[in-house]
Amino acid sequence: MDWWRQIFAALKQANVRQVVYVPDAGHAALIDACIADAEIRAIALTTEEEGIAVIAGAWLGGVRGALLMQSSGVGNCINMLSLASTCRFPLPVFVTMRGQWQEFNPWQHAMGETVDAHLVTAGMQTQTAMTPDDVGHLAKSTLEQAFTGGEMAALMLHQSLMPVKTFDK
Amino acid sequence: MVQDTRSDTYPLRRRDVVKRLIQGNDDLLVIAGLGSTAWDITSAGDRDLNFPLWGAMGGAIAMGLGLALAQPDRRVLVITGDGETLMGLGSLATVALQAPQNLSICTFDNERYGETGMQVTHTSGKTDLAGVAAACGIPVVGIVRSDADLDAAVPVIIGTTGPVYHVIKVRAEKLDFVLPPKDGQHLKNRFRQALLG
Repeated sequence: MDWWRQIFAALKQANVRQVVYVPDAGHAALIDACIADAEIRAIALTTEEEGIAVIAGAWLGGVRGALLMQSSGVGNCINMLSLASTCRFPLPVFVTMRGQWQEFNPWQHAMGETVDAHLVTAGMQTQTAMTPDDVGHLAKSTLEQAFTGGEMAALMLHQSLMPVKTFDK
Repeated sequence: MVQDTRSDTYPLRRRDVVKRLIQGNDDLLVIAGLGSTAWDITSAGDRDLNFPLWGAMGGAIAMGLGLALAQPDRRVLVITGDGETLMGLGSLATVALQAPQNLSICTFDNERYGETGMQVTHTSGKTDLAGVAAACGIPVVGIVRSDADLDAAVPVIIGTTGPVYHVIKVRAEKLDFVLPPKDGQHLKNRFRQALLG
């Protein structure tokens, strides 16, 4: 099964009903599947930090949410993560990585190489999927850490899982 | 920069306005942005269905959106300040795109950063938050400057099909702190208990 289908299946199994995202090439197929799903409300954000607050509000209302973003979005989130950590709002995050493998754009390295350190410092549990076979069980585990453990939990999806972006060069 | 003092004499007082919005509307789900608006909603009576933020500046409107979509049969009211609104302006566009009919947002706009020494915000100059909200595509938008305006706006804020956004121009004044509980887990758990059982 495609790696993104494994995440989608895990989201459905966990009864996630709000999926918040900033459009992203790596997550494109997963986002399209969420938009097409009748039970999931797919919510496009203007910046990733909005998503943390949206998911907290959903939890107040008894609904589970998940955040999809690219590694560069992590830097947009740091202060807003205090909402989830202080109040223990469950926060599952799926991060497509840049600046890690066959990266064409040097501007992606600053965040890509420091995502794990930033998230761990902010108090988040992190795991990394290196191959498609890793994704399904780690996605399930990330959602369990969030919803059973009441934690912030991120699954980073290694850049080698994504199409190589070459800017037509 | 010249200190603009026009809001020192605005007629509406924030603690009166908040009572008009909340008191008697026991079913309202209320989220308040950090600082003055968190103290405001508490001054109208601490209640389990209040979620006053103590941090996460810029997140109040987005949090209201998630709650409104999760609870489509309940009215959700976000009350926040002009500084907090400015920090999360993009969330007005996100609200407009999702268009939850049960969401109302009020910015208590005193044109100041109240918690940091009453420095002027961008709304003391050219920035019109109601204009921003309308341009983002929020369908019901208003500016409230007087008691008469407030009389007309309250039923819209409480009951009109939304999303609704109002700027309420309030006097710049330093008021007593009326602090809600500051344990975030307690605030979350009591809200969920009251709402979900």
